[in-house]
Amino acid sequence: MANITFLTSDNEKIVLEGNSGNVMQLAVNNGVKGIDGDCGGVCSCATCHVFVAKKDIEKVGKASSIEVDMLELADDANEFSRLCCQIEISDALDGVELTVAK
Amino acid sequence: MSHDKTCVVIGASHAGVNLAFALRKEGWQGKIILFDKDTNLPYHRPPLSKKYLELEDSIQNNLLKPEESYTKDNINLKLGVSIISINNEEQSVSLDDDSVQHYDKLVFATGASAFIPPIKGIKEAKNVFSLRNADDVEGIRKAFNTSTTKKVVVIGGGYIGLETAASLKKLGADVTILEREERILARVTTAYLSDFFSELHKTNGVSIFTNKNVTEITDNNTVLCDDGSSYDANIIIVGVGIRVNTELAAQIELKIENGIYVNTKTETSQKDIYAVGDCTYHYNSLYDRFVRLESIQNAVDQAKITAKNICGIETEYNAIPWFWSDQYDIKLQIVGLADGFDDLVVRKEAEKKFSIWYFKGKQLLAVDSINNAKSYVLGTKYIKTNAEIDKIELANPKSDLKSIVAINQN
Ligand SMILES: Cc1cc2nc3c(=O)[nH]c(=O)nc-3n(C[C@H](O)[C@H](O)[C@H](O)COP(=O)(O)OP(=O)(O)OC[C@H]3O[C@@H](n4cnc5c(N)ncnc54)[C@H](O)[C@@H]3O)c2cc1C
Ligand code: FES
Repeated sequence: MANITFLTSDNEKIVLEGNSGNVMQLAVNNGVKGIDGDCGGVCSCATCHVFVAKKDIEKVGKASSIEVDMLELADDANEFSRLCCQIEISDALDGVELTVAK
Repeated sequence: MSHDKTCVVIGASHAGVNLAFALRKEGWQGKIILFDKDTNLPYHRPPLSKKYLELEDSIQNNLLKPEESYTKDNINLKLGVSIISINNEEQSVSLDDDSVQHYDKLVFATGASAFIPPIKGIKEAKNVFSLRNADDVEGIRKAFNTSTTKKVVVIGGGYIGLETAASLKKLGADVTILEREERILARVTTAYLSDFFSELHKTNGVSIFTNKNVTEITDNNTVLCDDGSSYDANIIIVGVGIRVNTELAAQIELKIENGIYVNTKTETSQKDIYAVGDCTYHYNSLYDRFVRLESIQNAVDQAKITAKNICGIETEYNAIPWFWSDQYDIKLQIVGLADGFDDLVVRKEAEKKFSIWYFKGKQLLAVDSINNAKSYVLGTKYIKTNAEIDKIELANPKSDLKSIVAINQN
């Protein structure tokens, strides 16, 4: 089990408890604004872009090479960017903070 | 302003659902009623032939939105009901449960249905499935799990047929694909990519036969072709394309041309009636022609534009088409429309990592990327900016894709 915090562009702070699946599914299932997940989580649409808090990037890990490439579609991507359908939920993610991209 | 108005949407799939939520986002305050004959909560269709089939996943893990979201956004989702007729003078729709619903704005998000070709015996034969919705997958799974020989014949080598073949192969099926044209994917891509996918399936143990015109399915499930060949099957998957659901539109005499005709604001030929997604025949300004697309991109992007227009914010639909397909360890990503190309450049970075760039003269029309998201993304940018590309540099896999632009025109 992991508690994951989402900060949305309306400055809403949502803490969700995840057990399995990926972070995009958790966000979509709880209606987190700004995470659409249009491709269903196969790294094809880039509508699940989040920024991982600096303190958490070790825990979450950096973007894989396909994510880095896909993230070029977003103008604001940086080294903390992830496509969150590619982040599997595990206990290790407990306490992680993610800011949803605009 | 829209307080006492009602927007009725026919079809609650990618287009209809995205439209409903976008309407709220754009400030529509009236009612939104979303109808679908499917009884499942709206779900993602692309996984049906891919991971969903292969991993025997549940639809609950593949929902477009959780049930609560509809309540939260005050979207009235009515499942398991069909709209059977429309009265465009009185502005109402009739349902198969005998109820009638008034509308102020009506949206066709009716999509398409799998086409069942007129093959002798196809209606009577057992275990014949198309793949368009979750129930189809249910049927395939049941038949598959009770089948002893797991012999599958896929009629049609398009994306859905190929993806289904790959997924069932992974589940241990003995799969044969029969394609009528001289190569698979003939209608949607070039010979280069057809050959690649053909090899891919063969390497994975799927048999592909081309120039196979299926004429009959016998009572003991043998598939017969007009050249005299025959193939035994337990399960037959029909993936020969779709037919747009235009019956209702035709009933009220909307303009139909290879789909429901819409203008750049996604309005149909009649006032207050819109259409979105797979069912539309719409103008694409980038390619300066009308197209009908079957893709998530088109359903989602068009839905957002339609919502704006319904809310009175005049906006034109103007998006670059994109699409993907996942088979085995291959991710195909396509951006743009290659039709009408007169030149192509293949950039091969590795056996299973390459891209095909389609040009008309100097104009880049489309890029097909195989396990190569970078080409896909940069291709998208170059198409958008109408960049002129140095084709010789492009063909050199060692060149930096970011430095292949000769002139940026916009
Ligand atoms: C197996 C499969 C794999 C795919 N893979 C990909 C992919 O990898 N990438 C990609 O981009 N696209 C893919 N697609 C295409 C994509 O799913 C479609 O483009 C998308 O579903 C179109 O959405 P839509 O809402 O316009 O139409 P549809 O999804 O066809 O939905 C139309 C809905 O309208 C309902 N309906 C129609 N008439 C009525 C009526 N009279 N009353 C009530 N309800 C009605 C239907 O029940 C249906 O639910 C795939 C499609 C399939 C089937
Ligand atoms: S959901 Fe499409 S890239 Fe993550």
